[in-house]
Amino acid sequence: MNAPTPVDEAGPDRIAGPDVVDLGAERRATGIDDYLAGLDARLVGLTPVKQRIDEIAALLLVDRVRTRVGLATGPPTLHMSFTGNPGTGKTTVASAMGEILHRLGYLRSARVVSVTRDDLVGEYIGHTAPKTKDVLQRAAGGVLFIDEAYYLYRPENERDYGQEAIEILLQVMEEQRDDLVVILAGYADRMERFFGSNPGFRSRVAHHIDFPDFDDGELVRIGEMLLADQQYRLSDDARATLFDYVGRRRSQPHFANARSVRNALDRARLRQANRHVTAGTVAVDDLSVIEADDLAVSRVFNDRPDDARESR
Amino acid sequence: MRLTQGMFSFLPDLTDDEIAAQVDYFIRNGWAVSIEHTDDPHPRNTYWEMWGQPMFDLGSTRPFMTALAECREAMQSAYIRVTAFDATKGWESPRASFIAHRPTAEDGFALARTSVQGRTQRYGIRADVTDRPTAGRYR
Repeated sequence: MNAPTPVDEAGPDRIAGPDVVDLGAERRATGIDDYLAGLDARLVGLTPVKQRIDEIAALLLVDRVRTRVGLATGPPTLHMSFTGNPGTGKTTVASAMGEILHRLGYLRSARVVSVTRDDLVGEYIGHTAPKTKDVLQRAAGGVLFIDEAYYLYRPENERDYGQEAIEILLQVMEEQRDDLVVILAGYADRMERFFGSNPGFRSRVAHHIDFPDFDDGELVRIGEMLLADQQYRLSDDARATLFDYVGRRRSQPHFANARSVRNALDRARLRQANRHVTAGTVAVDDLSVIEADDLAVSRVFNDRPDDARESR
Repeated sequence: MRLTQGMFSFLPDLTDDEIAAQVDYFIRNGWAVSIEHTDDPHPRNTYWEMWGQPMFDLGSTRPFMTALAECREAMQSAYIRVTAFDATKGWESPRASFIAHRPTAEDGFALARTSVQGRTQRYGIRADVTDRPTAGRYR
């Protein structure tokens, strides 16, 4: 329907009979490099994820060129599963994926529709199919991100409506795979069980991407970037304290990687504000500095991990 | 007799690609697209039956084209039209509507004369097809 138009930089001789295709020029024409560079700077760590994104970008680029020169190309299956612990960037990468696939010309829009079980599965008989179809209509042409996908399947209740949603999803994933990319996300072990009991999903999902945990240094860098977005910064002492905090927090229950860091920093901002208000006056520069004391009062440093439920 | 209602009705029937292109335009304008069908093509019959629910917030034309294909399959001998509804305040009305499918043999309309009050004649039209019971319409 919308045939790719020849690109100016590629030179006029290619239309006559191309022997060599300049993939670099093709790539520049999509404008994907700027976006990926921005993403690379924004996403700390996540090396295997970035590598897979690069591979997908390369595949789609080659497919475009193959179509142009008249070689056979089937639409690649791009459904993905993102597995990893909480706070490892699954949702962030999913929303970037819409933009990437759109720029590479695979998807009609960069829209990412993010849903959970509640958005797909109905409450009574006959409610599920319209609900699921409605979501699929909205997501068509873009990315459908299903967070904690394993909740769709409830083996303990054989009359659970989740199965109906799964069947509709599987059908659409097959029929409209050039128009819709489904990304399933969740914790690794439960996703593994989910795929084990739904082989249809496993075979339709081409890319299984595992999100590794961040190490302490990466988490501190993420923290600093989060603060920079809000025009805050850490003092040198505070950076060391945050490093220490991350190391301790990791060994406590309910550790959620970047999300734990974000929560800790939110609380540090509270304490910083309180400290300044108590003091009465504040230097304008200090308004944006988080000091070590703002972090050090956290309960994580109490050495009593047993009562640190969600650390304060 | 070829039914001429809505947009494009004096043009040759739109192909699927052309229909998809129109729907794509509707979506880009943020209009809700719906599919309706009827076996009574009288021009004053504005209330056609809905095929499924109106599609609000469509992401692409694909789900729409799938639904249209299903409707054609089930309603081969009916008229099917596509309507785009604009919910924007101040409009709140259909912005576009065209026939996307018609029966292979289209019956025409008859001129119906009624005598009222002595020699006065009232004229109306009625679709030939509605003279037949519902089950026998559109062989």
